Amino acid sequence: MHSPVLEEADTLLAPAPRKPVTTPVHAHPVDDHSHDDGAKTTMGFWIYLMSDCLIFAVLFATFGVLMNQTADGPGGRDLFELPFVLGETMLLLISSFTFGMAMLNLQAGKQRQVVLWLIVSGMIGAGFIGMEVFEFSKLIHEGAGPSGSAFLSSYFTLVGTHGLHVTMGLIWIGVMVDQIRRFGLDTIVRRRLACLSLFWHFLDLIWICVFTFVYLREFA
Amino acid sequence: MFGKLTLDAIPYHEPIIMGTLAVVLLLGAALLGAISYYRKWEYLWTEWITSVDHKKVGVMYILLALVMLLRGFADAIMMRVQQAVAFNGAVGFLPPHHYDQIFTAHGVIMIFFVATPLVIGLMNVVVPLQIGARDVAYPFVNSLGFWLSAAGAALVMCSMFIGDFAATGWVAYPPLSELGYSPTVGVDYYIWALQISGLGTTLSGINFIVTIWRMRAPGLNWMKMPVFTWTALITNILIVAVFPVLTATLVLLTMDRYLDMHFFTNELGGNAMMYINLIWVWGHPEVYILILPAFGAFSEIIATFSRKPLFGYTSMVYATSSIGVLSFFVWLHHFFTMGSGANVNAFFGIMTSIISIPTGVKLFNWLFTMYRGRIRFHSSTLWTIGFMVTFAVGGMTGVLLALPGADFVLHNSLFLVAHFHNVIIGGVVFGCLAGISFWFPKVFGFTLNEFWGKVSFWCWQIGFLLAFMPLYVLGFKGMTRRMNHYDVPEWHPYLVVALIGALIIGAGILALLIQLYVSVRDRELNRDLSGDPWNARSLEWSTASPAPFYNFAHTPQITSLEQHWDDKQSGRAWQRPQHYERIHMPRNTPAGFLVAMFGLLLSFALVWHIWLAAAVGLIGVLITFIARSYNRNVDYYVPAAEVEKIENARYAAMRKAI
Repeated sequence: MHSPVLEEADTLLAPAPRKPVTTPVHAHPVDDHSHDDGAKTTMGFWIYLMSDCLIFAVLFATFGVLMNQTADGPGGRDLFELPFVLGETMLLLISSFTFGMAMLNLQAGKQRQVVLWLIVSGMIGAGFIGMEVFEFSKLIHEGAGPSGSAFLSSYFTLVGTHGLHVTMGLIWIGVMVDQIRRFGLDTIVRRRLACLSLFWHFLDLIWICVFTFVYLREFA
Repeated sequence: MFGKLTLDAIPYHEPIIMGTLAVVLLLGAALLGAISYYRKWEYLWTEWITSVDHKKVGVMYILLALVMLLRGFADAIMMRVQQAVAFNGAVGFLPPHHYDQIFTAHGVIMIFFVATPLVIGLMNVVVPLQIGARDVAYPFVNSLGFWLSAAGAALVMCSMFIGDFAATGWVAYPPLSELGYSPTVGVDYYIWALQISGLGTTLSGINFIVTIWRMRAPGLNWMKMPVFTWTALITNILIVAVFPVLTATLVLLTMDRYLDMHFFTNELGGNAMMYINLIWVWGHPEVYILILPAFGAFSEIIATFSRKPLFGYTSMVYATSSIGVLSFFVWLHHFFTMGSGANVNAFFGIMTSIISIPTGVKLFNWLFTMYRGRIRFHSSTLWTIGFMVTFAVGGMTGVLLALPGADFVLHNSLFLVAHFHNVIIGGVVFGCLAGISFWFPKVFGFTLNEFWGKVSFWCWQIGFLLAFMPLYVLGFKGMTRRMNHYDVPEWHPYLVVALIGALIIGAGILALLIQLYVSVRDRELNRDLSGDPWNARSLEWSTASPAPFYNFAHTPQITSLEQHWDDKQSGRAWQRPQHYERIHMPRNTPAGFLVAMFGLLLSFALVWHIWLAAAVGLIGVLITFIARSYNRNVDYYVPAAEVEKIENARYAAMRKAI
């Protein structure tokens, strides 16, 4: 790594940027002891993620209790197509990788590449959502909708909640692409991208648990 | 177009509700008229509704709580009157369906919209001042959190006049709360009111953890933190740890009701006991969320009015933290009768008994703080002593209920009702009222009237004993909770006494309102010019009363646990700085209010299945939030000259006072 990269990385990771940061595009000064400095926001966002993690914990626990309550209806082994779900999983994993590329470019200060990789991540994420919607509608058409049994209810709610989070992530990516265009890679945009990155990887982690405990377990 | 909402949703045939509606409309019109007449809209909008000042947000939380207290108390009086008259064949004046809504609304309102906002309001007012900060970590999120809570309260109030409220009891156990048994919109109002206000509570939990973690003044390490801030920290950790569980649980119930799923139904594999476990995984820590800040307030008050340092500060911190941890291991005591077996019940029974040990430690600490102190019997002191006596009794009946064997007899009886009112009124309510009279001058700059404060205390204390001691007896006599009418004449005298007790509590509430009125009227006589009316010990008393919007002209340097007291002893207190610097502050924003109003629209529309309005509400929430993220002009500097002007006025007033 050469020095500009290091310097940029410093501004991103430093808990409270001491030197005044001037924004190229926008006129408002960002002060040296900003009220909502990066360290506080990042800590708050981590705490938010932990609280979100608890929501998923409840949904996983519920799924664990209800997964055998199929009410004589179809179970997971009858319904799930592992290769299809593996495809979904790969999409999400790749989007995490591409998001990582966006963050690397952010540290290098390459605005165009950041936008590009964000859009790529968003499109792959949208592909994941598309596959999930397809899977859900197929199940419903087969008569295995969420009202079929307690197992199906907990399956649709757990996977759907994850999907809803990914959708929120997509909206957030869209907003960030626009904000980069408008404000450049300033402190606030960097901070938000750092949070979004945490969020995106967090959803990946949740999905790995979903893939393992909801889908793979059926075929173990 | 309007979903399930038709004109029939308004209960024209219920004279009590229609009478209330008329009063609410008249008072509301009078209030709006008065605001317009005195041209206060702009003042309200710029100084309060859009304010992100933690003290003002705190005051709004407490105001919300006091308004909702009146509603919750009206419910209580109606239940007491009903049970005092509806015996031996008499049906009373409340038909069962209405009565069931009243006891549900009473519980929901008192926990979510009275106790919770009181506690969060006090934390808002006090915590940043105690740690030497200028505001909370996320001032906008703070304002948003308050308005979400207010929206939840508005939704509950709405349910009285449009449609109905849940008739399920305050934790809405399925299968009763499922669509099959509760087909009206009552449970939907319950769900969305709790979701929207619960979101606000979670946000303020995150906000306060970061505030306390990251924004303490230089030198303020963990073991120099005042006990109130400690209790606030633990409470907020509990909030973030359990409110998501409530959110998820209610989502599952929503799925059952809206999308015909089967989490808690009797059919197709649903499991109602899962809801009951989940709701108490949230519900039991919730009572510690409420009581811990009250403990913190008592600790500050008793030390101040005994003129002694708090006895056993370190043990107080450890007791608070261990209560926080233990609160996660007791939830099953709410349903020992579920049939999970002797070993499981024994575990939770023992854990429940163990949690009384740190609480006992605290009680002894307060007693030893008073021992050989120079006690001043301010009304806050009276609340504290009243609490110590009352809460000890409530704690002991709690230990009694913790024994599974005893619980099988007392489960769902009035003994239980007496127990939790014993700890919540004697603990949370007394604590918040004590805290309000203690910290009031810090926000408003004048002290509250002592006479009416003491009248209020004695009415609450005596009224409480009369209202709830008979319920312990009735519990032993086998009377279960939530009875609309009964045919055991022997119970009747006790219920009459309980009604009298409730009326005396009502007099206590009235005295509280008179106290507020008299205090505002006589404010010039009771100005607090020193900023330290009680000769107190912690940092918040070193700044002016009312505290300036920036709290401290200079960030204080902390060297001891009782910073302000030690400064006074060594002559360092109130030293005038040589010069002032500009201060960085957040700007006010309407975004929190707007998001909450769109959230209210969304919730109301979801209750009535008005999908178009729901979409508008949801998009409104998202757009407002995103638009806010484009606003780069969220903070500003107060020029040093302005700070100097405000501080000079303060020191001039102080000189006059001395």
